[in-house]
Amino acid sequence: MHGVSRPLSPYITVYRWQITMWLSSLHRITGLLLSLGALALAIWLAALASGSSAYAEVRELYASAGFKVLLVAWTFCFFFHLANGVRHLVWDTGAGFEKAQFRASGWAVIVLAVVATAVFSAVAIF
Amino acid sequence: MSLVTPLNRVLGLGTAGGAGEHWWTQRLTAVALVPLGLWLAISLALLPDFAYATVVQWAQRPITSILLILSVLTIGYHSYLGVQVVIEDYVHAKGLKVLAIMGSAFGHAALAIAALFAILKIAFGPVA
Repeated sequence: MHGVSRPLSPYITVYRWQITMWLSSLHRITGLLLSLGALALAIWLAALASGSSAYAEVRELYASAGFKVLLVAWTFCFFFHLANGVRHLVWDTGAGFEKAQFRASGWAVIVLAVVATAVFSAVAIF
Repeated sequence: MSLVTPLNRVLGLGTAGGAGEHWWTQRLTAVALVPLGLWLAISLALLPDFAYATVVQWAQRPITSILLILSVLTIGYHSYLGVQVVIEDYVHAKGLKVLAIMGSAFGHAALAIAALFAILKIAFGPVA
């Protein structure tokens, strides 16, 4: 198999991009970024367990301007992946596959993720 | 020529051996993470501040410790399963693919256990 370069049938390059494709890609990207976010969560817990001075160091790092941008990005990833994940679970039941339905649910996921990110960021990050 | 009968092939687990299990565990952890994730986000947002004493007091409550343990273990497994699919999709050289999945497994296990240990240490530590 390896070393043989087989022709690929055209796929993503021949389609007009639409919301379903964007959200599908975004689900994977946000999932990967959340794996890194889990690392940040584990570091935060480990610092908390290590005592007040270790915690203060991590808290200072997490409160820096650059890291706050990262925290907001992770917050969006979290709420998007959560909402779109529920969308996928609904699809697993066989429901919601009509064109109008998956477009509407896609937009609903985006609005929900943006609003939740704004609220969480305002309350817990800034 | 395969000596496996068509019936056995259908009753078996397919080419890789564990796709059904992977699919089911992925969904199981996904469903669990809906309430766990919402709980984590809401309880973090409800903390009055992120001072050491405040957070320790929160983390030491038994219900917090239990839900945190459930969360980090479920997150770890869900993340491992997701990263595995991404590796399988984009890393085609077999040796590198196996190494990457192994590395991901070790990393996820280490992280989940470290988080678990931290939660227990906080829970059983001196009351702040």
